[in-house]
Amino acid sequence: MINRLPFYLFVAALVLVGVALSLYRHSVYGVPWFPGEQREQWEIEARIEFTANGDPAKVAMAIPNDQQNFILTDESSSSQGYGVAILEQKEQRKAEWSIRSAEGQQLIYYKARFLADADAQYQIRPPSKPRPQYLEDVRQTAALSMLQDAMKRSADNPTLARELIRQLNDVQNQNAALLLNSMNREDALVSLLSMEAVPARTVATLMLEDGRRRQSVQPWVQVWDEQKEQWQLFNPRTGAEGKPDNLLIWSLDYQSLLDVIGGRQSDVSFSMIAQDISPETATREKIEANDLLNFSIHSLPVEEQAMFKTIMLIPVGALLVVFLRIIVGLKTSGTFMPVLIAVAFVQTELVPGIIGFLLIVGTGLMIRSYLSRLNLLLVARISAVIIAVIMIISVFTVVAYRVGLLEGLSITFFPMIILSWTIERMSILWEEEGAKEVFVQGGGSLLTAVLVYLAMTSELVRHLTFNFVGLQLIILALILLLGNYTGYRLSELRRFRHLAQD
Amino acid sequence: MKQLFRNIRGFIELPKKLRQRGILGMNQRNHSYIGRYNDRSKYPLVDDKLKTKQIAQQAGATVPELIGVIESQVHVKEIHDLVADWPGFVIKPAQGSGGKGILVITSHQDGRYTKPSGAEVSREDVERHITNTLAGLFSLGGKNDVAVVENLIEFDDSFADFSYEGVPDIRVIVFHGYPVMAMMRCSTASSDGKANLHQGAVGVGLDIATGKAVRAVQFDHPVSHHPDTQRPLDQLVIPDWEQLLVLAASAWEMTGLGYIGTDMVLDKSRGPMVLELNARPGLAIQTANGTGLLPRLQKIEALKQQGISHNTPEERVAVSRELFAS
Ligand SMILES: Nc1ncnc2c1ncn2[C@@H]1O[C@H](COP(=O)(O)OP(=O)(O)O)[C@@H](O)[C@H]1O
Ligand SMILES: [Mg+2]
Repeated sequence: MINRLPFYLFVAALVLVGVALSLYRHSVYGVPWFPGEQREQWEIEARIEFTANGDPAKVAMAIPNDQQNFILTDESSSSQGYGVAILEQKEQRKAEWSIRSAEGQQLIYYKARFLADADAQYQIRPPSKPRPQYLEDVRQTAALSMLQDAMKRSADNPTLARELIRQLNDVQNQNAALLLNSMNREDALVSLLSMEAVPARTVATLMLEDGRRRQSVQPWVQVWDEQKEQWQLFNPRTGAEGKPDNLLIWSLDYQSLLDVIGGRQSDVSFSMIAQDISPETATREKIEANDLLNFSIHSLPVEEQAMFKTIMLIPVGALLVVFLRIIVGLKTSGTFMPVLIAVAFVQTELVPGIIGFLLIVGTGLMIRSYLSRLNLLLVARISAVIIAVIMIISVFTVVAYRVGLLEGLSITFFPMIILSWTIERMSILWEEEGAKEVFVQGGGSLLTAVLVYLAMTSELVRHLTFNFVGLQLIILALILLLGNYTGYRLSELRRFRHLAQD
Repeated sequence: MKQLFRNIRGFIELPKKLRQRGILGMNQRNHSYIGRYNDRSKYPLVDDKLKTKQIAQQAGATVPELIGVIESQVHVKEIHDLVADWPGFVIKPAQGSGGKGILVITSHQDGRYTKPSGAEVSREDVERHITNTLAGLFSLGGKNDVAVVENLIEFDDSFADFSYEGVPDIRVIVFHGYPVMAMMRCSTASSDGKANLHQGAVGVGLDIATGKAVRAVQFDHPVSHHPDTQRPLDQLVIPDWEQLLVLAASAWEMTGLGYIGTDMVLDKSRGPMVLELNARPGLAIQTANGTGLLPRLQKIEALKQQGISHNTPEERVAVSRELFAS
């Protein structure tokens, strides 16, 4: 018999270190055990990229300020060798980076921290009346006729804007079609409103969603409401009115978001993550950020943090799979395939995800059964299945888009190669062992994927895994212990139940 | 209500009862037997049916005659010439398991091949089957594989009506060279000429001392008659039992693997032969015998601990027949 003592000591050590790290994070950094007790804090990072010409370079980017529902608590920038200044021009704040000479690929990061706060105080400056913009002949006539119609059906500025958006989004409206031929929705709306001397502007916004990376800004339109003395926000694409709680206005001028002199191919993208910290800790953490014992991933750039938010969830998925296989004895096709499917579900949401999965695998199986009659070599056949899967995905995406099912678009998040292998294995299983086994294993995989998804999207699990790295050690210890479990699986109790009778 | 309560209690007590009967579970098999007594470096010997054939022959055991091996796509079409002079044959992936990818052909004429069920397959079907085999479709981990073509076994007359459209095989679990439990697997209409239990074959538990049937199951449920031929299964007695057990026990010398399942067949003219060896034998043998493996495995472990060892297969078979008579 091998001596098991060192093993159990090791596991105990893992648990101890894990617990100690978690306690440390809780007591010293004040990270709460449960999510939602605290206010939400957002960290948003802009990543500016451009190719410098070798001359002096100057980069100006609009940066956000306090606004409805958000207070700016902290901002910082990291840019090697650049001088930085923050300028306040009227309402719009700008960050400016400059350098005497720069060559090649340049990277500049700007990071802002916002505290979600329903009673946030912010400044509003009443705008001056805009000068009406004129369009040339035909389009001017079209614009005037749209306005005439909209004026009749509206009472004030916001209702006028609402009417105009309705017309712009009406595919039957020929006047709108004429305008949209040469300008985009938001510009058309602002021009139209200016003809009635209604102040309006296109702003650059970000929809804040935890863990999103490489996002770009979306144009929304602000229309001045004279009665309430404030700006009213519109989504020109859907006509949605008012500011969603998780919408952040990054710049008040959509056009001049980024301005680069002395460089080419400039681009800016955004990453964001949410954290639950109390305001006092927000300040304290900043002081202690350089502490070596700060074992958190929170010192990384936001883009990497966002990535880790998902990565940290994978061990939870693995633990669940280990549990379902060793303790429950569930059959799945491919050991960790369900985890990958669950990761896709996180992107697609559950119901569209399950429907998408069933559609792809179902259609794939039908196509595969045709391929099986063609007598192809295996590698060619798998490749054909991959292409079929890609085509299924494109067809479903286009159809979903056409019928207005925006959820359908997320089907592209499925890992295609893995799905193709799943289809191939299931199809063989079907031929060899019949439909029943396909449903047993397919159902097992789907069930596992759904359970893993539920664990991965649970607020509590996300909060704990991201904020307490020590938990990973405890998960590892649990997996090691499960690897030593020699008792019966639940499925075996059923299988061997006849043997328990006399 | 009372009924429900009793059911729940029955379920909770199930693990304890199973443990009392010494039923070996999957986790314990993997952890305490396969993981502990099977040296990974020796797996290739049993995971590759060609190598198994070789070592079995070197050890003096009989094996089904090898007709040929098809190793690459260019040779696939040669299959028809290869089998021309053999009335029946079997194509199997060298690294397959669980009956996957085994094509049994009982007769053929003018490019029409007949399966045990009487169903016909075409030349193209046979070629496609080999192509798939070479690409690794049926093999562990999907690795490229070779197709083994071997002679069809004609099973012993004493098994008539115990097996339907296929050769029954005898599975013996051998632990440290001691046969500990045995069963015969009889194919049925649903198992398509192969005697693999999860495909629907009937498993008949065999008394280690006598080779007589003790009990039978299909899909883990007890049965008394063969589902297709209606022959009562308790009449089954294996001829040449001693010889078969010795053959099984010698797998220890062949492989050095501590915990293995030997699959053997009784050929009408050539007697007992080794079909394949298995480093991860399934647990259904317990349901077929209506008893658990654990007490028997522990008896052997106790022998080892006392330092008792038996060096020839014959000696070990004698010990087993005495220890495990039912
Ligand atoms: N040469 C053969 N002649 C007749 N039947 C065979 C032959 N080889 C295999 N079979 C049938 O196929 C089954 C599975 O074969 P086996 O070699 O044990 O492969 P596996 O590893 O897939 O179980 C056997 O139980 C037997 O019924
Ligand atoms: Mg076998």
